[in-house]
Amino acid sequence: MGAVIEVNELTKRYGGRTAVDHLSFTVRPGRVTGFLGPNGAGKSTTLRMILGLDAPTTGSATVSGVPFAHHPRGLRHVGALLDAGQVHGGRSAAAHLSALARSNGIPRRRVDEVLQEVGLAEVANRRVGGFSLGMKQRLGIATALLGDPPVLMFDEPINGMDPEGVLWVRRLFRRLAAEGRTVFLSSHLMSEMENTADQLVVIGRGRLIAAESVRDFAARGTRGSVVVGTPQAAELAAVLTAAGATVEPEGSAGAEKLAVTGLPADRIGALAFENRIRLDELTHHTASLEAAFMELTADSVEYQAGQPR
Amino acid sequence: MTTLASVPPTTAVTGSPARFLDLVASEWIKMRSLRSTPWAIALTVVFVIGSSAVAALAADGARSGSAGFLPYVAYPPAGYWTLILVSGCVGALTVVSEYGSGLIRTTTVAVPARGSVVLAKAAVTATLWTAVGTVVSTGSFLVSQAVLGGQDAGVPLTHPGVFRALVASALLAPVCALIGLGLGVLLRHSAATMVTSVFTLLMLPPMFSESARWSAVVHHAMVSAAWKRLVQNWEPDPGSLGHTATVPGSWLVYVLWPLTAVALAVLVVRRRDV
Repeated sequence: MGAVIEVNELTKRYGGRTAVDHLSFTVRPGRVTGFLGPNGAGKSTTLRMILGLDAPTTGSATVSGVPFAHHPRGLRHVGALLDAGQVHGGRSAAAHLSALARSNGIPRRRVDEVLQEVGLAEVANRRVGGFSLGMKQRLGIATALLGDPPVLMFDEPINGMDPEGVLWVRRLFRRLAAEGRTVFLSSHLMSEMENTADQLVVIGRGRLIAAESVRDFAARGTRGSVVVGTPQAAELAAVLTAAGATVEPEGSAGAEKLAVTGLPADRIGALAFENRIRLDELTHHTASLEAAFMELTADSVEYQAGQPR
Repeated sequence: MTTLASVPPTTAVTGSPARFLDLVASEWIKMRSLRSTPWAIALTVVFVIGSSAVAALAADGARSGSAGFLPYVAYPPAGYWTLILVSGCVGALTVVSEYGSGLIRTTTVAVPARGSVVLAKAAVTATLWTAVGTVVSTGSFLVSQAVLGGQDAGVPLTHPGVFRALVASALLAPVCALIGLGLGVLLRHSAATMVTSVFTLLMLPPMFSESARWSAVVHHAMVSAAWKRLVQNWEPDPGSLGHTATVPGSWLVYVLWPLTAVALAVLVVRRRDV
């Protein structure tokens, strides 16, 4: 067995509120696994329980078969970035990492190595309080890499990073996974995962919604649709509905469009031609991960805009 | 807690087993890498020794004849209450600042053995403040004797009660720093910890007078009262109405307060969510 994260019937209640509800999933090595859910879905709480910071109400979480809190020292087993702000602003990046390295008996040269790796070597002796969020994220990633651990967990690592940083961090995650490590990455942004993750664990309101590959997940969501632009929208809608498609109006008055599902684009074109309906546009839309995510988590969004709760 | 044998061989960086001394070294790096620490200590040392100089200079004119060693001249309460205040608060800050910034989570992921972290912090805090306390206490004694020696009123270190006063004043700082540290772990919030530390160490003792027996017992169980008793080198007047603390009892107070505070902190930190 490799460095597997196993979460088993994990539950956390705060008073009457259930933050995590009988959650079970497995994160395997050698790939990047995205941990996805709307804000307040329980992602951070789950990560804290895996790391032994919070005790589960019921259930268990293990890393490589052992509850993480059972290790006297942690950095060689799991590297984690929970919140980039979890540093003392008065210390330099080098001092922060030196103290952590020393606590785990990691040689001092490793501090310089990880600072180099994340691109903070030049500001190593500057106070962390003056760092931008992106720089703090890099420092948090350096902290996670310090012990060269087989398991890495990052909570919203891309927040506050510039585009160059985002590209760098994606390459880093891919490389870490290619090295055979377990990389577990939380985010509330689907688009982020589309470009980084191989596997997904999706949760909403503390419950598991899906645990599968990114490709399978995308396929589950909205099926491919075709957008048709035509001045004879009502006529075409009738024809397509008669042919078995589902038609929904789109666009604005004067530039009406139809979103058609259930018929391929070529068939729609042929039907329009046969019925002498003019088409201005015929576009195929593939299902996006974003749409799949929205669809699947729609019922479980904790904080929704414009709705009294 | 599991032994290292149960750790699966998945580690990439080869290293030594978990050593407590590494934790202490780590906490020492944290302590010295904050600019505020040396400043707070330097200012405190100057202030407390300065207060002894002022007290000695003022006592010089007021005294008639040689009354031997006057402990409150070398160790004026104003100066040492400041030492109580600063050591208590800085001791608390070593943990409260970690809770405030969330650094405690980073620390706990690095060292899941939470009790060991508290003990390492306590070791560094105790050592640092014992050193500071020794410098301050010795400095106070030397400065006061330098002033009084000019008037031929100085006493040697071997004078009855002088060495005890010096040691008690030196240990006052680590005792208070450890109490502050323990309270910091228990309360976590910076303002609450500061107020509680100041209240426990400085405000609470005067609330209990020495006139009634029960109230005197409570009073004598306080750190600042114990310090006062240990610094005082004259024996209590047998005819006095007030109850007086004993010297061994006062040493016991010095031991029990920090021990209880740190022990509670270790117990609580292991049971609580970080």
